[in-house]
Amino acid sequence: MKIALFITCVNDTLFPATGRAVVSLLERLGHEVVFPEAQTCCGQMHLNTGYPEQALPMVESFTRTFAGYDAVVAPSGSCAAMVRDWHGKLAARHGRPALAREAADLAPRVYELSELLVDVLGVTDVGAVFPHRVTYHPTCHSLRMLKIGDRPLQLLREVRGIDLVDLPDAAECCGFGGTFALKNSDVSAAMCADKVASVKATKAEVLCAADNSCLMHIGGTLSRQRSGVRVMHLAEILASTS
Amino acid sequence: MTMPTYLGMPSFPKAARAAVADTRLRSNLAHATGTIRDRRAKAVDELADWPELRESAKQIKDHALAHLGHYLRQLEEKVTAAGGTVHWARDAAEANALVTRLVRETGEREVVKVKSMATQEIGLNEALEEAGITALETDLAELIVQLGHDRPSHILVPAIHKNRAEIREIFRREMPSAPADLTDDPAALAEAARRHLRAKFLTAKVAVSGANFAVAETGTVLVVESEGNGRMCLTLPETLITVMGIEKLVPTARDLEVFLQVLPRSSTAERMNPYTSAWTGVHAGDGPQNFHLILLDNGRTRVRDDEIGRQALRCIRCSACLNVCPVYARAGGHAYGSPYPGPIGAILSPQLRGIGSEVDASLPFASSLCGACYEVCPVAIDIPEVLVHLRAKAAKKPLERAAMGAAGWTLRSPARLKAAQRAASAGRRFARHVRFPRAWSDTRDLPTPPAQSFRAWWRSTHDDSA
Repeated sequence: MKIALFITCVNDTLFPATGRAVVSLLERLGHEVVFPEAQTCCGQMHLNTGYPEQALPMVESFTRTFAGYDAVVAPSGSCAAMVRDWHGKLAARHGRPALAREAADLAPRVYELSELLVDVLGVTDVGAVFPHRVTYHPTCHSLRMLKIGDRPLQLLREVRGIDLVDLPDAAECCGFGGTFALKNSDVSAAMCADKVASVKATKAEVLCAADNSCLMHIGGTLSRQRSGVRVMHLAEILASTS
Repeated sequence: MTMPTYLGMPSFPKAARAAVADTRLRSNLAHATGTIRDRRAKAVDELADWPELRESAKQIKDHALAHLGHYLRQLEEKVTAAGGTVHWARDAAEANALVTRLVRETGEREVVKVKSMATQEIGLNEALEEAGITALETDLAELIVQLGHDRPSHILVPAIHKNRAEIREIFRREMPSAPADLTDDPAALAEAARRHLRAKFLTAKVAVSGANFAVAETGTVLVVESEGNGRMCLTLPETLITVMGIEKLVPTARDLEVFLQVLPRSSTAERMNPYTSAWTGVHAGDGPQNFHLILLDNGRTRVRDDEIGRQALRCIRCSACLNVCPVYARAGGHAYGSPYPGPIGAILSPQLRGIGSEVDASLPFASSLCGACYEVCPVAIDIPEVLVHLRAKAAKKPLERAAMGAAGWTLRSPARLKAAQRAASAGRRFARHVRFPRAWSDTRDLPTPPAQSFRAWWRSTHDDSA
């Protein structure tokens, strides 16, 4: 099927490898990926930092850009949740009923990557090979807003050669929280210290998640501690064939 | 003045910094919240109809709040008819003055207290002390806090920040009747407190309580507690003064069926609450002969006027949100600068007090928006939604406003975003020389910008699409 990729501004700018992995994975599975170049950002940072009026034009631009597609995939639980849970609500609350309707109409067609694969494309074995010890961190917004459950784990379990180990206290937040990481850096770092301790206890080589913002935070701490653990987006493991 | 004893508190991040560095506090909190969190989950999982109970609890509260004036007048009528006296207090100062006057009229100089959030909120003990009246907390944890000249740090477990060794030291120092060889065995600590309190229960003539619920239809007021100390206060003295937030109302006695299931399971992880006291006015020869009910507003009608923020008034003070909150577990309760700590405090205090002070402006940001609080809330308060709503109302620093404005300008246009990405890629060799806020770089390495953004790669490989 034809799938529009919402890369997200963070992935576009800082983690293009994740986007390339999504494209290669979906094309390998026989689907057509399109990248509407008018896309920018979902507006989450502005909304969550207290600037909803700045987020509103991004809601409008997102809705306009993706309205014509049957399926939109975002390799970020957090950005997909922003679109699904907030776009319509935000427009309605700012006196934009027409935009609210359009956003609400589009929302159910916007999927996080594991939702698209498992629910829409009906696949859990994507033919990936990844002979490494991996642990998976379920990020908060994918878990509690999107409620994607164990879909990422269903996909990871089918990867050839993978040694998938449980992460202790997996559902606990890593402490990123967007600008929270800067505004409350002491608490954020304390939360991440505990998350990193859990990751290290698994003796995994790779920490996997479906959100690069959380991974930037946990990975930045793992790197500072010279832990020898890499972080990888789910898409990159699923795209891997050797 | 809505919460007089908390004036001049520092912002949340400043207060949290010290707590994060306090390893004993971190360990006490992690242990206590971790234990109760797991027990709550088990207690809730036992009920197949939990989602329906939660939805009912939410709807009953929303209905009561929507018709608050009607039900309050009904409550006043029923309590008065049953021989009680109803008073209305606009704010903390009015409520404190009322309680002080009512105690003075009895001629007593000492009152026993049932654990109560509303009287913490108005700073009643301090107000009574100024009037020469001693208020004795009788809830075990509240007593520990009072004897330790401390502040509560948790709604249900006010002394959660203290371990038993610390409690033994407080008892030895402050409790004259404590045995010299007191150990830190929980049973021994409870026995010392029991002996200390029993003497007071038998002599006290006046009690002050809060209320968990009040039934408009019957005029019945309820206190829900675990120790029985509350019931001693509610039954033995001659005069009972109850201070109740106006949002504690439920329309009918039948509504209690829902709340007496969701509250104990959410707060103490019990199937049924141990001591549930309910009284309607006064009864000759049985219990207090004078009953005063003070209906406290203290900012609540203003909160009710806010369409999104008003859901905070559904709160039944169960503490489930505190026990699952990763921020609370690291920062502790005191950093929230109010008797209402944790996620619920972060949305309740700035609304009750207004977002004027340093601490109140910082509270809506004291969350990573992980959503664990909303998930466990038995009255379905969407705490992250209210936090985000309050963030928009909080004052911003000019530098932040400028930075967010610039980011917004860039992110609104694909052309400007592309230009910014080109600049980042071109400057990647210098990335390690760029000074990034220490708030990030003290503990985390930064990713190096890639040589090519995703959209640049796409253009070079898939140019014809979209």
